[in-house]
Amino acid sequence: MKPYIALLAAALIVSNSLAETSTFDFKDPKGVNNVTFTLDAPLESISGTTNGISGTITLDPENPTEVTGKIIVDAKSLRVPNAVMQDHMLGDGWLDTEAHPEISFEVSEILNRQKDGPSGTAEVTGVFSLKGISKKITAPVKVTYLPGRLADRTGGSTEGDLLVVRTTFTFSRSEFGIKPGENLDKVSDTVTVSLAIAGAAPKN
Amino acid sequence: MKRVLQFTAAIVLAITLAWWFFAGANAGWTKTSVATMKIDAITGIEYPVWEKRFVPGVDFIALGATISGLVLGIAYLPNLYSKKSS
Repeated sequence: MKPYIALLAAALIVSNSLAETSTFDFKDPKGVNNVTFTLDAPLESISGTTNGISGTITLDPENPTEVTGKIIVDAKSLRVPNAVMQDHMLGDGWLDTEAHPEISFEVSEILNRQKDGPSGTAEVTGVFSLKGISKKITAPVKVTYLPGRLADRTGGSTEGDLLVVRTTFTFSRSEFGIKPGENLDKVSDTVTVSLAIAGAAPKN
Repeated sequence: MKRVLQFTAAIVLAITLAWWFFAGANAGWTKTSVATMKIDAITGIEYPVWEKRFVPGVDFIALGATISGLVLGIAYLPNLYSKKSS
């Protein structure tokens, strides 16, 4: 009988710990979630944005020791103010979005967590994939947990929580096979990416 | 004919410069859409709202100057008048 009691206790502990995690969906019908990117070359500064963001992150918002999830950007949704420049950027010479339609970041580890009220900062390590090349990167993130605020966003139709994630990081385009060493006077090798997204975890 | 072409070249250049100046004197490339930033009241996220708008840039001036130069060049082509005078 005792082994059964131990098993039951273990199952309860596991189910209790699972109950504390929430899955936040970052697909945003309001179009608020956005990524901005800037390339500041000596002769030209290019900046653009996208709202084509999706993906989920699963964590315990109160104690995010373990985080899993993936944020995906629709590469074809990247936008710059000049239509010709946009065609070039998305074309096969640069991002080749027909062959590589997704840009993604898959979270693998969270380090140096510091909590400050409803917000917190941490360093998130994960795999950043762009144009078919994946590399491990670490980015500083600021996370704000807004319990019960999903209803405010949906006009009361859906109850739940919100998780706001902000980060800024840089990468080298040449490391991802985007015209390495070419056009450096007009298209900077360093790309600065800023991400501000809110995920929703509806409660049934 | 020469005077008409000279006048046309001057008008093209003037319109180009005036359009560029009054559209905001954009020192970058021509923009075909412009993003204005708004703030989401609940999350505090600043986000872009795009609208289609033509904002001429330095390439627009270059195009206008090239067209103006070509029209002016035609005005000084000797063959254009040699047939008339003969």
